[in-house]
Amino acid sequence: MKVLSSYQDGRLTLYLKGELDHHEAAAALRKISRTVDDYLPRDCVVDMGELSFMDSSGIALILKISRLMAETGGRAWVANAKNQPLKVLDASGIDRVIQISAAARS
Amino acid sequence: MKQLNYIKMEFPAKSVNEGFARAAAAAFAAQLDPTMEQLGDIRTAVSEAVTNAIVHAYPDTVGQVQMRLRILEGEQLEIMVRDKGRGIPDVKKAMEPMFSTGGEERSGMGFTIMSSFMDGLRVRSAVGRGTTVTMRKRIQTKAGA
Repeated sequence: MKVLSSYQDGRLTLYLKGELDHHEAAAALRKISRTVDDYLPRDCVVDMGELSFMDSSGIALILKISRLMAETGGRAWVANAKNQPLKVLDASGIDRVIQISAAARS
Repeated sequence: MKQLNYIKMEFPAKSVNEGFARAAAAAFAAQLDPTMEQLGDIRTAVSEAVTNAIVHAYPDTVGQVQMRLRILEGEQLEIMVRDKGRGIPDVKKAMEPMFSTGGEERSGMGFTIMSSFMDGLRVRSAVGRGTTVTMRKRIQTKAGA
């Protein structure tokens, strides 16, 4: 999987691409933590538009991002989730902790 | 229940094999002509079960993980993931949402997701002897859906 990022006006967007599982999670988490520390953004958007698969490792990753952002008074949310990753988000009940915006369903 | 087809595989408990295990399971299940959503459910459940074996069963060694898939009469897919690792002292506790003994990259949602994505989930474990997770899912064919 790949994590790409862009930053503008206090908003960091993290683009997750490919498959997110336990094998990929630790490296992704390290990269995301470094990026958040570098920018100290006000908002962090986790864009799942090009994420083709995730398991519960993705839930752990989102919770960690949410905690990182809360530590500096910022907020995080998930955007463009669809198909299998959206179903995992729904099943986990994580929307009680963080806002989830689904992609337009095709 | 009559068994119509099966595969068995064994691999070392290395995280790099998680992706292989779910791809293999999806390829085997394809003969039931599942929908994309059902295939996603199968891949997710296998990923969770295999990851549990890799993370929890063998904390200090690289042991073996066995996976067996069977197609049973009545369009049932059965997935079994077995390890011979340290076992789970309290299965009921381990299956509670958000309970985890893993690191920060674990969420404690594995069993919750396996249970919600499959039609049946059974976990048998003995401390020091290993854990077997068995899951079932009915795959209604697209034509009959």
